Amino acid sequence: MRQAGAREPGFDVAVIGGGLHGMSAALNLARAGKSVVVLEKSWTGRHASGATAAGVRTLYRDLAEVPISMEAMDMWHGIAGIVGDDCGFHAHGQLRIAETDEHMPALRQREDRMRALGYDHEELIGANELRRLVPALSPHCVGALIARRDGAADPHRTIMAYRKACEAAGVTIVEGCGVEGAERAGDDWLLACGERSVRAAVVINAAGAWAARMARLFGDEIALGVRASMMIATERLGPLLEPVVSVVGRSLSFKQSDQGTLVIGGGLQGSADLDRERSTVDFANLAKGARAASDLFPAVKGVRIARCWTGIEAQTADHIPVIGASPHAPGLFHAFGFSGHGFQLVPVVGAILTDLVTEGATRRAIAAFAPQRLMQEKAAA
Amino acid sequence: MSSHHTDLLIVGAGPAGMAAAVTARRQGLSVRVVDDQAAPGGQIWRGIETVAATPRLARLGEAYGAGAGSALAFRQSGAIYEPGAQLWQIEPGIRAFVTRDGRASSVTADALVLATGAQERPVPFPGWTLPGVLTVGAAQILLKTSDAIPDKPVWIAGCGPLPLLYMTQLLAAGGQIAGFLDTTPRGRLGASLRHLIQGLSQVGDLAKGLSWDVKLRRAGFPIVRYVTEIVAEGKERIERLRYRTASGQSGNVPAEVLLVHEGVVPNVHATLSLGCKMEWHAAQQCYRPSLDAWGETSQPRIFVAGDGAGIGGAQAAELRGRIAALRIAAQLGRISEGKAEEVAGGERRALKRALSLRPLLDAYYAPRPQVFAPPDETIVCRCEEVTAGDLRAQAIKGRPGPNQLKAFTRAGMGPCQGRQCGYTIAHILAAAQNRPVEEVGFYRIRPPLKPVTLGELASLDEPEQAA
Repeated sequence: MRQAGAREPGFDVAVIGGGLHGMSAALNLARAGKSVVVLEKSWTGRHASGATAAGVRTLYRDLAEVPISMEAMDMWHGIAGIVGDDCGFHAHGQLRIAETDEHMPALRQREDRMRALGYDHEELIGANELRRLVPALSPHCVGALIARRDGAADPHRTIMAYRKACEAAGVTIVEGCGVEGAERAGDDWLLACGERSVRAAVVINAAGAWAARMARLFGDEIALGVRASMMIATERLGPLLEPVVSVVGRSLSFKQSDQGTLVIGGGLQGSADLDRERSTVDFANLAKGARAASDLFPAVKGVRIARCWTGIEAQTADHIPVIGASPHAPGLFHAFGFSGHGFQLVPVVGAILTDLVTEGATRRAIAAFAPQRLMQEKAAA
Repeated sequence: MSSHHTDLLIVGAGPAGMAAAVTARRQGLSVRVVDDQAAPGGQIWRGIETVAATPRLARLGEAYGAGAGSALAFRQSGAIYEPGAQLWQIEPGIRAFVTRDGRASSVTADALVLATGAQERPVPFPGWTLPGVLTVGAAQILLKTSDAIPDKPVWIAGCGPLPLLYMTQLLAAGGQIAGFLDTTPRGRLGASLRHLIQGLSQVGDLAKGLSWDVKLRRAGFPIVRYVTEIVAEGKERIERLRYRTASGQSGNVPAEVLLVHEGVVPNVHATLSLGCKMEWHAAQQCYRPSLDAWGETSQPRIFVAGDGAGIGGAQAAELRGRIAALRIAAQLGRISEGKAEEVAGGERRALKRALSLRPLLDAYYAPRPQVFAPPDETIVCRCEEVTAGDLRAQAIKGRPGPNQLKAFTRAGMGPCQGRQCGYTIAHILAAAQNRPVEEVGFYRIRPPLKPVTLGELASLDEPEQAA
């Protein structure tokens, strides 16, 4: 640990945000020999990380994300080797379903496009194979695009595993510690968190929905929206399906957890209040998700909903994340704005940030995620 | 989506809800009452309209019979009454979502009275999830609605007025009692007598309680006092019952039915989910909403009346219902504020009398500490089958609150939404972390308040049918 002769505890790296991305960065950096502190304003996994459906998906990703998503998928297939637990990850595949023949050409084009780019993980299947893989699916569905190595994990187990791995690697996790100010102290940053003050040479902004506010403390103005994706979990059922299912033209993601509950999401939006850190379910809107679920799986109409919730997270204008060094603030790196599909990228983004911090560059393809694209050049800067 | 508007929406058709409806209708408000039961009466007067015409009325006692007049007045009030309706979400503003006959709809209202009553305090102990172990309240529902009594002698364990009342009702109905394990701790009488002076006006109720006691002693079944530990044992269902008293006396007896009861606590899920300010009731170790003199919560035009406002019984519930309705009539401009004050004055004096015995009862029947500190092997969260030991192990990793513990262990994630485990978990956390239980807090309540099916929720998405 750096002391630098200061009163404040000093670290090589301070990570703002104890969500999965923050903890993944902290874990990788600690293993690379850095002293790391995670500053979390509530508790680890409080918001998006704890509210996610935990889909582990390469299927239908934005082309800019595909290279790092493919690497992340390899990491997920060996996740126990990284964090000491399999995180409840099962690779039963993810499917994007066509309900009518009109939906098939778009899926076919996507398959062709991916093939042309040299990827073969997205594969078009017809009605028979679809029926074999998901017998409970309504017979009106005609085909699907499938990524067979995709799947889903257990979000709470994943948070617990990352937390334990961080602690084992020597990361200091401080909960109930919201960063309110940042100033330069020599070559370091001095972060103010209420009464506390933390000194670090490098700061990683992984503050999720609150990341634009954090960036502003360092002088970075980054345009960032907010999402409040709604989720439904039902009572437990006997085995119904193994893969994760989404559908063309509707907001639905549908899976069955290890516990037997159905977990239904798909990006239908409630409302978020960043100041109160609360988000609210909009049932008139969520009804569309329930309708899509019962249209695709008629057997679930009578299944009781146990709870609904929303998670607050950041969304960028182009729906791909911000990952990279601040163009203005030395030693500041951003990683946020995953726009509803960041869970799968967790293992790789931590590795990318470690490259950036320890080597100043990365061989991984992150040019599309540069923060500059969302920043208005400040006239006086 | 099918949607209605009403001046006043009332949730619950027990004493408080019915009285609020009658008063509000008298002031000319449009009133809609949703209730999950098939007929008016709530818990205390459950099935009153059916029972009133039968000889069973006498066996169930005077306080029960008093509901017949209230139910009649409610029926004649002109309020729109929706029995068999599940209210599963309320948004400030005020908008409520209801399912009835398999279809969901929404209701908007200018004011809301939550008259959702109380629930029995969950009592986790080893074996409490075995078939054959029920609550006294559940057994009493069977007695009221279908005149059903257990065909085997029943063991009863617990404290509070309800076990005494149920036992007299059960004996009158021809049931058999194997024995009563009274869990009221020693020394409670002294602690509670200091409240007696203010309760003198309600001494009739006290005498009623004593008369139950005398009747029960005469019935000749064993009564064991100061019981501190209970264990139900059996393979497929309860077969034996073990107990131990404060003085170390222990018993191990065959048992086929065990009914337990450790008092009732306000239903707080709706008020919690609405973000209403709550307060901790130390004597009864439960939350209740912070209310003004009219029963209004910290959320404008959202009122709580009846036992949901704090346990007070049927008479207090009716008075609170009327007081809330008067205020709402004034808020909506149907009567002057002065008139509302004037009428409410008399109701408030009556309410004060009705509640005067309550501090004594709260002290005498304060839950014993063992209720909140079950042995490690006890299942605390029935839905997800999480034991007290699991929870204690996690409670000392960091300083988690109930919501983190839920994420760690899944306790509270099931369909009951923590109604069974919420207080137990708060006490386990408080004990493990050596801090006051009220500081630990409660689960964040996630909708729906009542289970609603995917098909019912989907029905909200249908275009409204032409009338």
